[in-house]
Amino acid sequence: MREALAGVRRNWAVHVVLIAGAVGFIVPFYWMIATSLKGPGDLFQAPPTWFPQDVMWSNYPEAWGTVPFPRYFLNTMFVAGCIVAGVVVTSGLSAFAFAFLKFRGREGTFNGFLSTMMVPEPVYIISSYILLYNLPGGGADGWINDYSAMIVPWLAHVFSIFLLRQHFLSFPRDLVDAAVIDGCGPLRFIFTMILPLSKAALTTVCLFTFINTWNSFLWPLVMTNSDSIRPIQVGLAYFAQEQGTEHGLMMAAAVFSIAPLLVAYFFAQKQIIESLTHTGLKG
Amino acid sequence: MPFLFLLPAAIIIFTFRILPIVSALAVSFFDAGFGRIEGFVGLEQYGKLFSDPAFWQSVENTFWFVAGVVPLSVGISLFFALLLRKGVKALGLYRTIYFLPVVTSFVAVSMVWKLIFHTRFGLANALLEKAGFDGLQWLEEPTGVFQLAAQALGLSLPDPLHGPSLALICVIVVSVWRGIGYNVVLFVAGLQNIPEHYYEAARIDGAGRLGIFRNVTWPLLTPTTFYVLVMTSILSFQVFAPIYLMTGPPVGGPLGTTNVIVNYLFETGFGPGGNMGYASAVALVLFALILALTLFQRKVVEKRVHYA
Repeated sequence: MREALAGVRRNWAVHVVLIAGAVGFIVPFYWMIATSLKGPGDLFQAPPTWFPQDVMWSNYPEAWGTVPFPRYFLNTMFVAGCIVAGVVVTSGLSAFAFAFLKFRGREGTFNGFLSTMMVPEPVYIISSYILLYNLPGGGADGWINDYSAMIVPWLAHVFSIFLLRQHFLSFPRDLVDAAVIDGCGPLRFIFTMILPLSKAALTTVCLFTFINTWNSFLWPLVMTNSDSIRPIQVGLAYFAQEQGTEHGLMMAAAVFSIAPLLVAYFFAQKQIIESLTHTGLKG
Repeated sequence: MPFLFLLPAAIIIFTFRILPIVSALAVSFFDAGFGRIEGFVGLEQYGKLFSDPAFWQSVENTFWFVAGVVPLSVGISLFFALLLRKGVKALGLYRTIYFLPVVTSFVAVSMVWKLIFHTRFGLANALLEKAGFDGLQWLEEPTGVFQLAAQALGLSLPDPLHGPSLALICVIVVSVWRGIGYNVVLFVAGLQNIPEHYYEAARIDGAGRLGIFRNVTWPLLTPTTFYVLVMTSILSFQVFAPIYLMTGPPVGGPLGTTNVIVNYLFETGFGPGGNMGYASAVALVLFALILALTLFQRKVVEKRVHYA
């Protein structure tokens, strides 16, 4: 009895700490939303108020219309959509080759791919800029300030190849052999055997590719310089710098820019958490 | 035939990863404007770089940043994971909340924290003042935190001991805050991988809670801890977005005390009068530092990792 009581008491202490932690994670989000609804009367009060005295819903349409946010969203959706589709195709095909086909230089190529993961993005962003600037096609600055600079370099993703290869290697050998003996060609093998058995792994690849693209910042910041192709993160950053004193508008913009991912997160949190922690995160 | 399957990925990876990685070194031997390679200058960029005090300040700031983020992030995440372990009811709910900042873009996160640290209308000072303290300058405070602590005691430290500025500490706090949920999930998974019978055996042998942690949990968790340590270090070295969005103007302020290497690279490469050859030299120094740290962790720290 005494021990059980001690257990309950200890559990209480545990929950108090965990709830304090949760509050620490939620308060900044609350602050974002509360500030986004404040008018000038509330914004310039020291100390600030926890609740907006008169709720300014108009901050949202005003922020939305001040700079072309709809365009930023479309740009991000377009770029992320292309990259997700591209990564699934290129990673699926090469992971298939690495897992099921025998050819000379297989291990060497695979290790060569893997070794590129050691080099972080800021290290090659300058030389990438020079490369993209000098590529034919695109606009006056080559591929710079063109969708191609944001999409094409990200159409293959080494870790996705690694992940899918691991997954394919877990298929029972017999299954593969049976398919080969029955004369199943590689494309048919991919569509009738691999795809249906790889839904979870492919979902993982799609989710983290989409989220990482949605949230990526340094690359598009460097590679774009006009509103018409700027993605949401860069547009939001410029908005924050230009409207630095308009706290209500800034927070409204922050809220609607994170809303799509957070909504997705509430519907698919388990898959999203697994996807991001199994693979990796970009700053 | 196999090459047809490899081709799409191979073309992209070769053109847009391997080529830029290899040419980053070459570019650092040239002068280069926006996208245009100009003259060969040999090692001159490195000479200029190593004699620029702003560069050394950015290296120092980056080291402070890593030295702050890594232990705080690993320590706090492990602490929460240990609390969450015992199949605490509502584990899922806590994890959902802790992970929230991870799916939120660093841009939006930085923007709201900048307001929280606002000296006049911010939440941080409001709470401090409510608790009866004076407000702080937060992101506008260039003074080192060790010096601030000493001043509070009526002392003064010599310049080299001032430590990272309070402004940099603010950015550290925000980075830790954003990353904890990610590391908590990794630690919880690592803890769940420890077989229950080790704990039973330890309990039968009469081990206390501290003894169980020291002799069972900690050693068997070291592979996870090592992974978290390495990944957090590598990511922290590349910090940029919160610096760019929270500090200044000018970015990297006050007095350059939050100017980190990637921001220095960004300014010298893409800022007005930028030289991409020079910035590429910065990029290579950054790579050398990250590589050195990773190798050090592999050689020295990994010896203490118990792989099952």
